[in-house]
Amino acid sequence: MKAFDGPHVENFVDIRDVRKVYSRRQSSVEALARVSLQVRRGEFVSLLGPSGCGKSTLLMIIGGLVAPTAGEIHIEGTLVREAQTDLGIVFQEPVLLDWRTSIENVMIQVEARRLDRKVYLPRARQLLTSVGLEDFQDKYPFELSGGMRQRVSICRALVHRPRLLLMDEPFGALDALTRDQMNFDLQRMWMLDPITVLLVTHSISEAVFVSDRIVVMSPRPGTVDTIVEVDLPRPRGLDTQETPEFSRYVRDIKQRFAIHGVIRG
Amino acid sequence: MKTIDRDYSKILYPTATVALALLAWDALTRFGATPAYALPAPSDVLRIFLTRWPVILSNAISTTVVVIIGYGLSVVVGASLAVMISSSRAFEKSIYPLLVGSQAIPKLALAPLFVVWFGFGLLPKVLMTFFISVFPIVVSTVQGIASVEPELEFLARSMGLGQYRTFRMIRLYRALPSIFAGLKVAIALAVVGAVVGEFVGSDEGLGILLLRAIAAVNTPLLFAGLIVLTVLAVILFGLIELSERIAIPWHVSQRSKSA
Ligand SMILES: Nc1ncnc2c1ncn2[C@@H]1O[C@H](COP(=O)(O)OP(=O)(O)OP(=O)(O)O)[C@@H](O)[C@H]1O
Ligand SMILES: [Mg+2]
Repeated sequence: MKAFDGPHVENFVDIRDVRKVYSRRQSSVEALARVSLQVRRGEFVSLLGPSGCGKSTLLMIIGGLVAPTAGEIHIEGTLVREAQTDLGIVFQEPVLLDWRTSIENVMIQVEARRLDRKVYLPRARQLLTSVGLEDFQDKYPFELSGGMRQRVSICRALVHRPRLLLMDEPFGALDALTRDQMNFDLQRMWMLDPITVLLVTHSISEAVFVSDRIVVMSPRPGTVDTIVEVDLPRPRGLDTQETPEFSRYVRDIKQRFAIHGVIRG
Repeated sequence: MKTIDRDYSKILYPTATVALALLAWDALTRFGATPAYALPAPSDVLRIFLTRWPVILSNAISTTVVVIIGYGLSVVVGASLAVMISSSRAFEKSIYPLLVGSQAIPKLALAPLFVVWFGFGLLPKVLMTFFISVFPIVVSTVQGIASVEPELEFLARSMGLGQYRTFRMIRLYRALPSIFAGLKVAIALAVVGAVVGEFVGSDEGLGILLLRAIAAVNTPLLFAGLIVLTVLAVILFGLIELSERIAIPWHVSQRSKSA
């Protein structure tokens, strides 16, 4: 990758030579070797890689929640030193607050930031409606299915209109059908309001379906292996997945993994 | 509808069990299988209730007061200690091991010491109650506050919450189920503590009623005292459970669903 040379306005997120070593008393694990990556404003980028290659770690470093061992992250030209607050995060698990209803779970974002409830409550309701949870706004998490909970957590990540959305395998625990639906909904929401999105995923077809670019990572310690531009027209629907172009992207990425011995056979 | 059914059965089953036990008890005494000084007939116990109720009631009130004051002290002190332990590493390191170590002290054996220090009266009984019931409250509260997964912590930080607001908006609620578990263990212990306190240094209360009944070989009175004590413990436990239902319905309903 090219070295960084001065601020690029179009680089919304700028990851420069980030390395992460987790050290415990005796042992240490190198999660990320040396990752550099630029993400443009409004771009939908997926991080795709085998388990343990440091995708979650990278995402948390971008959010300022985990400190890198070396390297820097700049968001809109500003060095990330502490937890970033102008973003939304969707974790692998929904991490909802059990004592709050769906709408209150979304609104905690607003309360925590001391934003105007009157302004954001309608927005929260509209977001829940847009993911099909209109009738579940006043239900508690234990009354929701796993997929519904994850949809609430997506609304929570979006309600405050963040500049950046970080998603860590948000649909990992869902069945294939729900997953397709969620990806479709996600794309629709993003097309209405194209914020910058970084999505971590295991699934090649999911990455091809939703992304502008796919960052294929090597096995641990993670590095950027290749970056694939996905040139499929939007909105992408079920029929997109049947096209030869779609299959070609999927096959090419599989081949990259085969080279690294991630997929054998 | 289903929950109502369940509530009925919740009352019905224990009631039926008690009724059966009463019948068996009555049969045992009626056919002279046991001597009357060991097992009085239910009717004898009932007669004691009818004739001696003013004494029983005043002693029961005295014990209840001790339990409530001692338990209240446990809740306030226990929760405060737990919050301090949770929020300060230094405090955790210096206090928590001592607290855990203090559990090795045979607490019941402390009762006479309290009498030496504080004399007869309310104080030693309340202290005994407090001492015996505070530990589970501290431990369960500390555990509850600590039981926040890293993602939730990340979420809090990404929303710009500081230590204090994370505690107030997230940790505290997160801790409530665990706190209530501790409160329920503690209330049962508190009743034991009050009775032990009365045994050693008091002239009133259900503990004293029991001692006097034994001294007078008045087994029906002894049984009456035990029954009142049991009812008191059950009522207090029920009150805590009721407040749990009101305070954390989201948890209680989740629990009954998985049960
Ligand atoms: N808090 C931590 N302490 C120590 N080691 C960690 C920690 N978090 C992650 N690791 C290690 O860093 C490596 C990368 O972990 P990470 O969670 O970033 O992988 P991942 O790509 O998200 O994997 P997956 O796809 O399975 O979620 C792993 O080997 C893991 O053991
Ligand atoms: Mg991960």
